[in-house]
Amino acid sequence: MNPIAYFRAADAAEALAHASGGARFIAGGTNLLDLMKEFVMRPAALIDINNLSLAEIAPLAGGGLRLGATARNADTAYHPLVRESYPLLTAAILAGASPQIRNMASNGGNLLQRTRCHYFYDIGTPCNKRLPGSGCSAVGGLTRQHAILGGSPQCIATHPSDMCVALAALGAIVHARSAAGERQIAFADFHRLPDDRPEQDTTLASGELITHIELPPASQFAAHSAYLKIRDRASYAFALVSVAAMLDIGDDGVVREARLALGGVAHKPWRLPAAEALLVGHPADAAHFAAAADALLVGAQGQGENNFKIPLARRAVVRALEQAVAGTHDNTRSERDRAD
Amino acid sequence: MTELIEALRTPVADQGTGAVTIGMPVSRVDGRDKVTGQARYAAEHTADGLLYGVVVSGTIPRGRIAAIHADAALAVAGVVEVITHLNRPRIRSFDIFYKDMTAPGGSPFRPLYDDKIAYSGQPVALVVAETFEAARYAARLVEVDYEVEPHATSLTENRERSYKPSRMKAGFTPPPDPKGHADEVWEKAAVRVEGEYYSGVEHHNPLEMFASTVIRSDDGHLTIYDKTQSSQNSRWYVSHVFGLGKDKVTVRNPYVGGAFGSGLRPQYQLPLAVMAALQLKRSVRVVLTRQQMFTFGHRPETLQRVKLAAEPDGTLSAIIHEAVAETSRMEDYVEVVVNWSGELYACEHVRLGYHLVDLDHASPMDMRAPGAAHGVYALEVAMDELSYTLKMDPLALRLKNYAEMDPSRGLPYSTKELRACYEQGAARFGWDQRSLEPGSMREGRELIGWGMATGIWDAMQMFARASAVLHADGSLVVSSAATDIGTGTYTAMSIIAADAMGLPLEQVRFQLGDSTLPVAPIEGGSSHVATVGSAVQGVCEKLQKKLFKLAKKLPSSPLAKARFADIEFSGGFVRISSQPGVAVSIIDIIAGSGEQRLEEKYLMLPNMLKQMKY
Amino acid sequence: MSTYPVRLELNGESRQFEVEAWVTLLDLLRERAGLTGTKKGCDHGQCGACTVLVGGRRINACLTLAVMQDGQQVTTVEGLAQGAQLHPLQQAFIEHDAFQCGYCTPGQLCSAVGLMNEGEARTVAEVRELMSGNICRCGAYPGIVAAVTEVMGLAQHADNPDRPYLPGTVPA
Repeated sequence: MNPIAYFRAADAAEALAHASGGARFIAGGTNLLDLMKEFVMRPAALIDINNLSLAEIAPLAGGGLRLGATARNADTAYHPLVRESYPLLTAAILAGASPQIRNMASNGGNLLQRTRCHYFYDIGTPCNKRLPGSGCSAVGGLTRQHAILGGSPQCIATHPSDMCVALAALGAIVHARSAAGERQIAFADFHRLPDDRPEQDTTLASGELITHIELPPASQFAAHSAYLKIRDRASYAFALVSVAAMLDIGDDGVVREARLALGGVAHKPWRLPAAEALLVGHPADAAHFAAAADALLVGAQGQGENNFKIPLARRAVVRALEQAVAGTHDNTRSERDRAD
Repeated sequence: MTELIEALRTPVADQGTGAVTIGMPVSRVDGRDKVTGQARYAAEHTADGLLYGVVVSGTIPRGRIAAIHADAALAVAGVVEVITHLNRPRIRSFDIFYKDMTAPGGSPFRPLYDDKIAYSGQPVALVVAETFEAARYAARLVEVDYEVEPHATSLTENRERSYKPSRMKAGFTPPPDPKGHADEVWEKAAVRVEGEYYSGVEHHNPLEMFASTVIRSDDGHLTIYDKTQSSQNSRWYVSHVFGLGKDKVTVRNPYVGGAFGSGLRPQYQLPLAVMAALQLKRSVRVVLTRQQMFTFGHRPETLQRVKLAAEPDGTLSAIIHEAVAETSRMEDYVEVVVNWSGELYACEHVRLGYHLVDLDHASPMDMRAPGAAHGVYALEVAMDELSYTLKMDPLALRLKNYAEMDPSRGLPYSTKELRACYEQGAARFGWDQRSLEPGSMREGRELIGWGMATGIWDAMQMFARASAVLHADGSLVVSSAATDIGTGTYTAMSIIAADAMGLPLEQVRFQLGDSTLPVAPIEGGSSHVATVGSAVQGVCEKLQKKLFKLAKKLPSSPLAKARFADIEFSGGFVRISSQPGVAVSIIDIIAGSGEQRLEEKYLMLPNMLKQMKY
Repeated sequence: MSTYPVRLELNGESRQFEVEAWVTLLDLLRERAGLTGTKKGCDHGQCGACTVLVGGRRINACLTLAVMQDGQQVTTVEGLAQGAQLHPLQQAFIEHDAFQCGYCTPGQLCSAVGLMNEGEARTVAEVRELMSGNICRCGAYPGIVAAVTEVMGLAQHADNPDRPYLPGTVPA
């Protein structure tokens, strides 16, 4: 870790004023400090934004929910309004990290967390994300955890967050503030694909501060949502493949609306409205689920070691949708306690 | 004789624990210290002016260091020195000085000795600073230029150049000569299976990282708190590598946060910390990072082939078991992988083979049942495969080939309760409900089933000395330079002594973890209780005899006419077994003796003649 | 480098430090506060050995800076007992032999206290899941689960080899 200056901002204006040069915002710090110890990130200063009153979780006028940027992931997952109206989000957050990390990690930080690609983490190896133009060690290397969709010759890293997959499915809106003012970023536009600028994870500008995440109303999905995470360990491991699935099913058994997003497969959560459209107006059955899975995975390309992710994702989509049909599990009751 | 060393903070059972016997479940005597955070591990002992060392790890697998640029690191505020092969203190030149007690044949790796890079992650420099953070940062600023040489690190790609290990390691037995004509029998067998089994490298990764805190006294004496499975092994190593007499170095390891074999050899933070302490004449602590815990000895990558042949009724007719394992370029690390296949099941035709491939790796080292974890696994999987081919119950197959005597030597086993284990296990796990066909049982979406496997291990015993001091107040201190890595040595030894002397557990302390204590071997091979425990038992028996003699000499002693065989020790008394009311208290015996304390020591030597019969 | 004042209520005692920003809470506890009970097992939030309670909430002390915790109430393993009176969890750990080498133990204890404070675990399986941020290389998990669930009063089998199990599953 390099020498750093530390400043605890009292309000947003102060925070933004300090946010120049090599200064970074810090809230939970669970990803930033990890990367600083690995010498991957070396900010000259840290601006602590925990005092900015950005931790509020509250309903928004016109329905929807506001998730403060510095609210902790655990507080968000366990919040009664989230559990009740957005159980998918609760399930996704609780599927990630460990209880200790969820108690510290902030919502904004979860969005901004960086890939866990082991080459990115090893400053002794070439990595275009860490050092543009230096090369990608993952291509032709060990790729079990790497992307099957949306990669480029410069970068095949994946975004590690579970929360973001749910936020993608929910069509969340990121609210940000800078010296220039406030703006909104649709979640689908927040994380980038690597293309030839893998060093840019998001479309957030330098010095721009996330203030909160807006969740549009989603009560139509509360009865049928599931987050399925498939990984090498039963807990506390990143996804090989994960699926956020939500269905609004009419009394006639016909799907009125569907949301589907994949994690662990790309530089950002992978969601295609066209795949979701294949479910709408049809019965909620395996044949239609498979068609949606196929559509979602168009263009999927393995790197050799991670070829398994393609059939795995296909099956996981079908399974997650089946789970969603059966009823919502918010991951606060464990597998073994459920009657299957 | 051996006093209680305050600094070790030897644990003792809670007041009120009372009498114990061997075999009784007893809470660990170090439990309180562990759950309250009072137990101190190697990186938790402090000293005035302590400096912190952080190791810089190499980044190529093979080659030479062309240059080390340490200026930027030295410029960091708080950094005191950057030690490399170019400016380190003098260390010995001959291999023999680097051989610790469990070193295999060959040349031990010498940290920071010269510019040679032997494996990826090798230590190449030590940054020493007033704070840990400054050392950590400065370590990132050290730049190393390398001359890269081609490397070989893949066992599978290099298996063609395997060789029979010629240089031996203490405790290693090469595979025995072939028995019968296994290959011919296998070729012609009615029923046979063949399989290849691959195991990758495994790293011990105990939760405590390797650490050494070297505390330097004004007179230059070094007291080192080291993470090790033997304080005396580390002391021996430091003395020999640095030419420091035994009186100049003390190593302590009262608490060790797991080891699993990795502490059987001194790890490189130890000589590096000593180098810094000698060079700078300061106390120094070096702790490895978790990432660096992958840069030294490990369970070797191993490839095995097992071929089994049997009659249709399940009687084994041939066993062929070959293994190829990796070792370093420097040492031939060997472990017993295949011998078990000749020892476990009765079979006339057996051929076993064991070869090594040297690669640009750190030397492998013992890890939890070294060799057996590979070999017995492969054998047992092959037995299962054979049972499926035979359409026979896997347990019935084992019983069919049960050996009452060790088939490879024709000697009885020292103990073999395996039949009873099989029976009890089968009953408890409902083995009779198991359907024979693999993959035939489901629960919801999951395939379920039962499996079984057999284990075998040597009952090893080494030599050790224990000393005992029985104080006038009836408290007992037994000492030996043993180790507790979580295995429960403190508790087991305390129980043995308390049982032998008939004292409540809270009056007994077993002191371990200091190189100045009576000689004890490395804690390894599952041999510590048999070794140190027997020494404790032995020294207590000597103490018993001394007490008995003194008891007989007391004025109007109720034991005046008793014989040693007639008496027992219980409740703090020496009693006549058949008349427990006829007794003298231990405290009275000592008081009557005119001494403040009674002392004994005992050297336990394994009875080799007897052991060779099994 | 600049230093910053850090005031902590540490195990019930007011303490003041002056540290550089790059000092983690973990290193402050171990190197500057004389509290070596909290352990460093990885320094990257992956093992849980550094778990402490801040405002009654369990966190990884290695993944936060001391300066970030200025003004907070911190409890470490050394603060769980009341003098000679062990915390029920500490007592249960001893009785269930919920440790071997003891290195993960302080983190397990603080994590379990945090888990109980959170009030989200209602079954044995949930205790297991919500303790998965704490690794034990010695494998004392069954004892740990038994100790925690006993203190929580959760209906469960004791650590008894004859307890009922479903054939074909691991009766852990």
